[in-house]
Amino acid sequence: MGKATGFMEFERLSEASLPVQDRIKNYKEFVLHLTDDQAKQQGARCMDCGIPFCTTGCPINNIIPDWNDLVYHQDWRGAIDVLHSTNNFPEFTGRVCPAPCEAACTLNINNDAVGIKSIEHAIIDKAWEKDWVKPQINPNKTGKRIAIVGSGPAGLAAAQQLARAGHSVTVVEKNDRIGGLLRYGIPDFKMEKSHIDRRMVQMQAEGVEFKVNQHVGQNVNANDLLKQYDAVILAGGAEQPRDLPVPGRELGGVMFAMDFLPAQNKVVAGDDVPNQVKATNKHVVVIGGGDTGSDCVGTSNRHGALSVTQFELMPRPPEKENKELVWPNWPLKLRTSSSHEEGANRDWSVTTKELIGENGKVTALKGARVEWKDGKMSEIAGSEFIIKADLVLLAMGFVSPVQKVLEAFGVEKDARGNAKATIDGDGCYKTNVNKVFAAGDMRRGQSLVVWAIREGRQCAREVDAFLMGSSTLPR
Amino acid sequence: MSVVSAPENQGLYNKRNEKDACGVGFVAHIKGKKSHEIVQQGLTLLTNLTHRGATGYDPKLGDGAGLLMQMPDAFMRNEAAKLNINLPEAGKYAVGNLFLPQDAKNRATCEALITKIISEENQTLLCWRDVPVDNSNIADAARDVEPCMRQVFIGSNAADQNTFERKCFVIRKRVEHAVRALNLKDKAAFYVPSLSSRTIVYKGMLLANEVGVYYRDLADKSVVSALALVHQRFSTNTFPAWDLAHPFRMIAHNGEINTVQGNVNWMAARHETMKSAVIGEDLDKLWPLIAEGQSDSACFDNCLELLVAGGYSLPHAMMMLIPEAWNNNALMDEERRAFYEYHAALMEPWDGPAAVAFTDGNMIGATLDRNGLRPARYLVTDEDIVMMASEMGVLTFPQEKIIKKWRLQPGKMLLIDTQQGRIIDDAEVKSELASARPYKKWIEQSRYFLGDLPKIESQLEMAESLLDTQQAFGYSQEDIKFVLQPMIANGEEGAGSMGNDAALPVLSNKAKSLYNYFKQLFAQVTNPPIDPIREELVMSLVTFIGPKPNLLSVDETNPPLRLEASQPVLTLSELEQLKNIGVSTKGQFKSLVLDITYDAKLGKAGMGNAIANLNKAAEKAVHDGFNVLILSDRAISKNRMAIPALLACSATHGYLVKTGLRTSTGLVIDTGSAREVHHFALLAGYGAEAVCPWLALETISHLASDHYIAGKNFVKAIGKGLYKVMSKMGISTYQSYCGAQIFEAIGLNSAFISKYFTGTASQIEGIGLEEVAEEALRLHNQAFGNDPVLMNQLDAGGEYAFRVRGEEHMWTPETIAKLQNATRTNKFDTYKEYAKLINDQTRHYKTLRGLFEIKQAGSAIPLDSVEPANEIVKRFATGAMSLGSISTEAHTTLAIAMNRIGGKSNTGEGGEDAKRFVPVTADTSVAAVIGKDLIEADIPLKAGDSMRSRIKQVASGRFGVTADYLASADQIQIKMAQGAKPGEGGQLPGHKVSPYIAKLRFSVPGVGLISPPPHHDIYSIEDLAQLIHDLKNANPKASISVKLVSETGVGTVAAGVAKAKSDHIVIAGHDGGTGASPISSIKHAGTPWELGLAETQQTLVLNQLRGRVIVQVDGQMKTGRDVLIGALLGADEFGFATAPLVVEGCIMMRKCHLNTCPVGVATQDPVLRKKFTGQPEHVVNFFFFIAEEVRELMASIGIAKFDDLIGRSDLLDTKAGIDHWKIHGLDFSKIFHQPNMPTSVARKNNDMQDHGLANALDNKLIEMAKPALEKGKKVMIDLPITNTNRTVGTMLSNQVAVRYGNVGLADDTIHVKFTGTSGQSFAAFLAKGVTFDLTGEGNDYVGKGLCGGRIIIKPPTAFRGIPHENIIIGNTVMYGATTGEAFFNGVAGERFCVRNSGASAVVEGVGNHGCEYMTGGTVVVLGLTGQNFAAGMSGGVAFVYDEDGLFAKRCNMNMVSLERVMHVDQVPADAVHHLDQPDEVTLLSLIKQHINYTDSVRAKAILADWENARDKFIKVMPNEYKRALIELAEDKVLVAA
Repeated sequence: MGKATGFMEFERLSEASLPVQDRIKNYKEFVLHLTDDQAKQQGARCMDCGIPFCTTGCPINNIIPDWNDLVYHQDWRGAIDVLHSTNNFPEFTGRVCPAPCEAACTLNINNDAVGIKSIEHAIIDKAWEKDWVKPQINPNKTGKRIAIVGSGPAGLAAAQQLARAGHSVTVVEKNDRIGGLLRYGIPDFKMEKSHIDRRMVQMQAEGVEFKVNQHVGQNVNANDLLKQYDAVILAGGAEQPRDLPVPGRELGGVMFAMDFLPAQNKVVAGDDVPNQVKATNKHVVVIGGGDTGSDCVGTSNRHGALSVTQFELMPRPPEKENKELVWPNWPLKLRTSSSHEEGANRDWSVTTKELIGENGKVTALKGARVEWKDGKMSEIAGSEFIIKADLVLLAMGFVSPVQKVLEAFGVEKDARGNAKATIDGDGCYKTNVNKVFAAGDMRRGQSLVVWAIREGRQCAREVDAFLMGSSTLPR
Repeated sequence: MSVVSAPENQGLYNKRNEKDACGVGFVAHIKGKKSHEIVQQGLTLLTNLTHRGATGYDPKLGDGAGLLMQMPDAFMRNEAAKLNINLPEAGKYAVGNLFLPQDAKNRATCEALITKIISEENQTLLCWRDVPVDNSNIADAARDVEPCMRQVFIGSNAADQNTFERKCFVIRKRVEHAVRALNLKDKAAFYVPSLSSRTIVYKGMLLANEVGVYYRDLADKSVVSALALVHQRFSTNTFPAWDLAHPFRMIAHNGEINTVQGNVNWMAARHETMKSAVIGEDLDKLWPLIAEGQSDSACFDNCLELLVAGGYSLPHAMMMLIPEAWNNNALMDEERRAFYEYHAALMEPWDGPAAVAFTDGNMIGATLDRNGLRPARYLVTDEDIVMMASEMGVLTFPQEKIIKKWRLQPGKMLLIDTQQGRIIDDAEVKSELASARPYKKWIEQSRYFLGDLPKIESQLEMAESLLDTQQAFGYSQEDIKFVLQPMIANGEEGAGSMGNDAALPVLSNKAKSLYNYFKQLFAQVTNPPIDPIREELVMSLVTFIGPKPNLLSVDETNPPLRLEASQPVLTLSELEQLKNIGVSTKGQFKSLVLDITYDAKLGKAGMGNAIANLNKAAEKAVHDGFNVLILSDRAISKNRMAIPALLACSATHGYLVKTGLRTSTGLVIDTGSAREVHHFALLAGYGAEAVCPWLALETISHLASDHYIAGKNFVKAIGKGLYKVMSKMGISTYQSYCGAQIFEAIGLNSAFISKYFTGTASQIEGIGLEEVAEEALRLHNQAFGNDPVLMNQLDAGGEYAFRVRGEEHMWTPETIAKLQNATRTNKFDTYKEYAKLINDQTRHYKTLRGLFEIKQAGSAIPLDSVEPANEIVKRFATGAMSLGSISTEAHTTLAIAMNRIGGKSNTGEGGEDAKRFVPVTADTSVAAVIGKDLIEADIPLKAGDSMRSRIKQVASGRFGVTADYLASADQIQIKMAQGAKPGEGGQLPGHKVSPYIAKLRFSVPGVGLISPPPHHDIYSIEDLAQLIHDLKNANPKASISVKLVSETGVGTVAAGVAKAKSDHIVIAGHDGGTGASPISSIKHAGTPWELGLAETQQTLVLNQLRGRVIVQVDGQMKTGRDVLIGALLGADEFGFATAPLVVEGCIMMRKCHLNTCPVGVATQDPVLRKKFTGQPEHVVNFFFFIAEEVRELMASIGIAKFDDLIGRSDLLDTKAGIDHWKIHGLDFSKIFHQPNMPTSVARKNNDMQDHGLANALDNKLIEMAKPALEKGKKVMIDLPITNTNRTVGTMLSNQVAVRYGNVGLADDTIHVKFTGTSGQSFAAFLAKGVTFDLTGEGNDYVGKGLCGGRIIIKPPTAFRGIPHENIIIGNTVMYGATTGEAFFNGVAGERFCVRNSGASAVVEGVGNHGCEYMTGGTVVVLGLTGQNFAAGMSGGVAFVYDEDGLFAKRCNMNMVSLERVMHVDQVPADAVHHLDQPDEVTLLSLIKQHINYTDSVRAKAILADWENARDKFIKVMPNEYKRALIELAEDKVLVAA
């Protein structure tokens, strides 16, 4: 299989990006997928391991060695078939997944991991380009009706699986467009929204009905759904952001990232957004060192911010992990995103003590340094500082799903306010309410797109089995 | 105490597994002159064979011995007269020697039956005689079951003596059947040693030297005979059984018939169709011809008797039963080939290592199997005496009277006709028989070759899509990737590595094909596997399709037709030819296709009926005259599901055998299921004469661009694979493999087995027809259903490598990560998480032990009262992984770690750097000690560390096995088999042979190294005893260990090994790791260790041998729970291999065979070795974790001492509440069984073996050589020697090695002159500085492992024979020699200089397989060679004096080229040289030394005519060696430049 000595001959090649000065002028994707020759060579680096740690490192268990090998042999058609067999939406994960598979790659033990994500990206782009992504229409309809609340990756994955199993699926989405966080959480420069639209067309052909502007608990009655459908999947995400309870929180110019980012996406989509808050000519402080924070950095730079500063409460992670002790698990290490490359001051072990404002608008942030010991944090005396801030974006993660959806269905919650359901064994993904299932962030809490797809697929299998007695859908 | 008699089958112990092998011999007067002297000589010969037998727990309890001779008429007449009976003339009466029951009533019943039957057969009962015996000195246990010895005298009413003999045969068979029907429960079984007018057999459960004492008749001077055939048995068991002693009525046998199950089945199948003109209606009375539960030799004897009674002459019958290798023999004449070919259709060979001595009272002779795997030497005197024996020296004659000393050659026959009064040599016997009838004409008239029939193109028509059809037959993606693609690309099966950690089929959640429930059996210890590649000349895939002719049609004038195919895998068009055979043979063959699919709507419940219908249809077809039945599943579709082809095949074959119709028809399987070697082997083993794998062929045509080549490659690969599967059991022809059932089942219940796979072992019950059908149905439904995963692709598989959604494995990403993390951080908690994962997952139905529950022995005890961990770790060892298979870094790390904890590491088969033997006294590092250029990733060493592997392995390749290496061992392990590929050899490809590895293995860098499948000095149990003895001599302080692989019958083998005086036995599971092995061996050979270990424990306890040995178990040992279960099942010690490698960094890449291990563990690539990060501390942590887990478990069940766990299988139970559709039928009671023996019988190791070194001649040698050993002063010693002086010089060499290492002493410091016949293994491992100068002759294994010494053997001056026409040394001489030199003034037996890696030798002729696998050294042969010279030879040079110009035909040219020896002046200046000098210089120097040492007439004559003689020498030059020499020379030029 593949090239037994490829990993010794070829080095890892990252995908090329457009230069910073060019890309920050617009909101287009700037990462270029590998050429055929590059992909072939990168595929040759895969060792076809006896135990493919990547496959289990990947939440949806992508059969990575197989498509690496197919790409090495330039069998792109075969590669997309294998890729699609575990992943409904490789165009999403090929762009925005942090690639835990690569952390688990055996080559990562003492070398650079195989560029799995870049190969995935190349495969799906090739597939769309060649028009290989076709609707898979099941001619045998079961007559069962399923409603899915939420059109994020979990909802979409569940919908596609169930439609392919022959069920009639309706996806209800509260926003004006489908996609959930894919649509409004992730900036276009990381993933253009045409990818979602293109999938929607495919799924509609497969029989999925999409309904937008449908708020459960507002203009949609949970009981009506229960009456009209044979099963309901709650896949509404975990959209309740974590707040920052400090003095000055109420000031203007202090906002959640999830209010800041969607507005830009709508603008890119051609909507008219009357009061869009922009970072243009502002000193921006982003609080929170994760991906959302990073997206805020990228968007602020595109707006033309004067400065962008990003604070993280946790200490600065090491540049390199101790692979002997960490591999094949996801390592804690310093990660520099493409948005950071575009310009940002990053600081760690910083806590926000107060937001200072004038005329009801924020002007500065008072922070302090903290020290971590045995998992406990303490402020360093006398370390307070003040930094100029015209726009403070809160990107500190999400605490839970929007509770009213769960409450509308009377679904039991776990300690963190998520829908309570298991993921293994009998009755998994099922809530305490008959016919009601839950998947994705709504069940597990804030997580990755790839985890959402996994839950959507697995939940679909359970729903299929619930409706039909057994299921041949893969987990 | 004594065990009264052989125990019944119990637990995993089964009587039918018992094996024996032995010493055999005869003395005969060529002219038929009878004398008492010959009887006495026979007894003497027997006595001197004693060491080839064995004793059990009681030294007096031998395994049986006996003597067959001519009827001593005068003596019998006299004895009868005492009973007032006047005997008729000689030949008109018969004497039956009888073993009768002890119980008087039973005895009377038997005698009444005999009386009745004699009268019914119209013969006259003359009288009964009590045979006087002296049982005062036999073992108690033997006496306890001693039969009552009586003779019956029968007067002849037959027309002539031959007719009378046939009557006696009929009477005996009838009596045997009748008594068996009585089912007497008597301690002494009824048995008839002989009943004949010509011969009589005296035998019993006696030591060899007791036969003449016990039977007082034999001392009587009037007991005379012109021939005496004797036999000394070495059995694996210790149960006294009088009837198992040889000789039988016509034969005595040394060896084992591997195909016996198939032979017996086929004989039974012939019942209905057999007719005999001479036996007539009596024929029916003979059935059952072969009784249940007999030894292979007894079965053979039964069959031989039948053939002789049926009218074949004795040599004719022997040639039918044990034909020589004829298919591939270019030198055989046409007539003889025709003879063999004709008879091949009559009788499938009785195949296996065999030296059979036979007699009918007039003729006496012996024959050897086609491969010459047993020794048989003979001599002829000028007084017309012929003496043949397994070795020389057993009976001595004055040298001046001996006119010929020779050996029995492979496939050859020695025959003495005492009536004609001459020796008839092989060529004459055979040419006479071959020309007696027009066999060639008959064959040409009656034979069809499938390949010659008109070609018919055939296109496959499938009802469903290819993908769905593949899925219905259970194809997975792995079948394409790992099974088919390597075969179609390379023409051979793909290789894998790292063993098998997937779930057993019966425990798997996936639907498995029936094929997977069967495991291939393989040869270990009691018989050798064959090397099907290097010894291909003995192998054959020829198959006969169609009815078998009447076996007893001696005078056939119109022989029936036969259809012959060169191999059994049929293409689509060949199957089409078979379907149309009626047309192409004008109706002489008629074929019929029987559909083995049935209406899918009937589901699983329909399968039983479908099979019954199939059987009826087959029966009807045969009655309707169809003589080729084709069972086909091509009709498979959504609506028709297939009976598993294996089930259909076996059921039909078995049914036709039972109904007596099987030999009236051929059976061909046309199936979509067969795709891997194992499938074809199984179909063959259960009766298929040919198989058409239609779906595999169709699949291939979609995989490859050139399907013609791909299909050919596939067929070739399957053929090669079948060779491997057959040869691992020591079977060489497809014909004898067919129907031989060389398999055991795991997880099939007895009802299913006895109905459809009768006679196959299946130890733990399991699923039956319903579940088998359920699995077939599931596959069918998945294939034709709507499963989206299977819509566009095959199932992932996951058998060969871990795959998500594939088959479950024990090594998973999670378990590996946790184990590595735990051992690197020394966190016991993390280890426990790992152990919990493994232990729970094994419970989650992957291994048998996973289904075990451990019971409380008492209440739980505090942890600190349990034996400490640092004691428990001493029981741990790491597996035998050679430096070569793993990197120096990985190998050394294991050794350092094991020495730190007091456990043992194992060198594996690859030698060890002597620098590692030295203890580390100050802090340093591995690189500093071994050499900075040799280590890529250095490892620090502390004072007190040691890199020495305490276990030194000795495997078939003998790489790096020197006196010094052995002297450095605490334990020497003989690897009989390896879990991952039992019965197979190995190969280290040239690119892995680095200069360092080459140095350790005494070979040339870059030249590939082959480990043969068998140890060429172990073809039977007594050979193993000899090797154990050799190694014990090589290091008296080391314990000797024998490594076996778990399979049914391993317990019996282990008992034999314990009797062979092994101190230690390893039972390896089938699933152990490997550097490289064919994937079907990884998956389909051997059984889990739970079975093998339990059987071993039970059998050793039953035999009262357990106390003498330490038992170690290994194979996928991963946790403390595994250890605990191993102990409870009977293990003292535990081996770990894969887990410590994982601790060192292995991540189960399964790429060892590609040399691309990315973590530097299993690779020799310096770049990759740099990446090695393993540390001894991690390995130490691992073993302490294991021990701690064991302690916690011990505390919880209330056992404080580890010793108290051993053998407590009563503490195991089947886990309750298992809810799984396949598992519920499993029954582990046989595994948990404990033999009911007195408490005094040991259940664990508590005793030592007595190796008998105190009597060794070497004690004297060491004493006499003291000045040399201590001060290096030259000593001369002069001693007589006999064949009972075995392994002479080895202990002496150990003394040299201990003091001087491999450097040894100065040349000829110790010079020993011997006179006489040396015993086996003369001068084994002889060290440098020692010269052994023997006047006389040697036996087998002279100079085994020679390391620096000099051996000279020359005939006594009184001997009148011409040395180069007489044999002087036996078989397998200089096997594994590394350095030193030897000069033999005479001819050597088979396999001279096998695996020589550096010694020089001059000899005047050799047998078959000379210089096989040689990797170095120089061999000069001044006379004829046998066939297959230089097979597998990759290094060194041989010079052969080719007088008759035919050497090229006898040489195996696969790896060598033949060159001329050039005049020294003509050698080009830039030529590369063997030994850095021109060949002529080397050759002349050796010849001159030969003259100097032996005074060889031959050598002198050659030298005298050197200009002519030089041209007759042929230089045998291995191609690889030549390439390597050129490369080395180029490297030197580069360095110099």
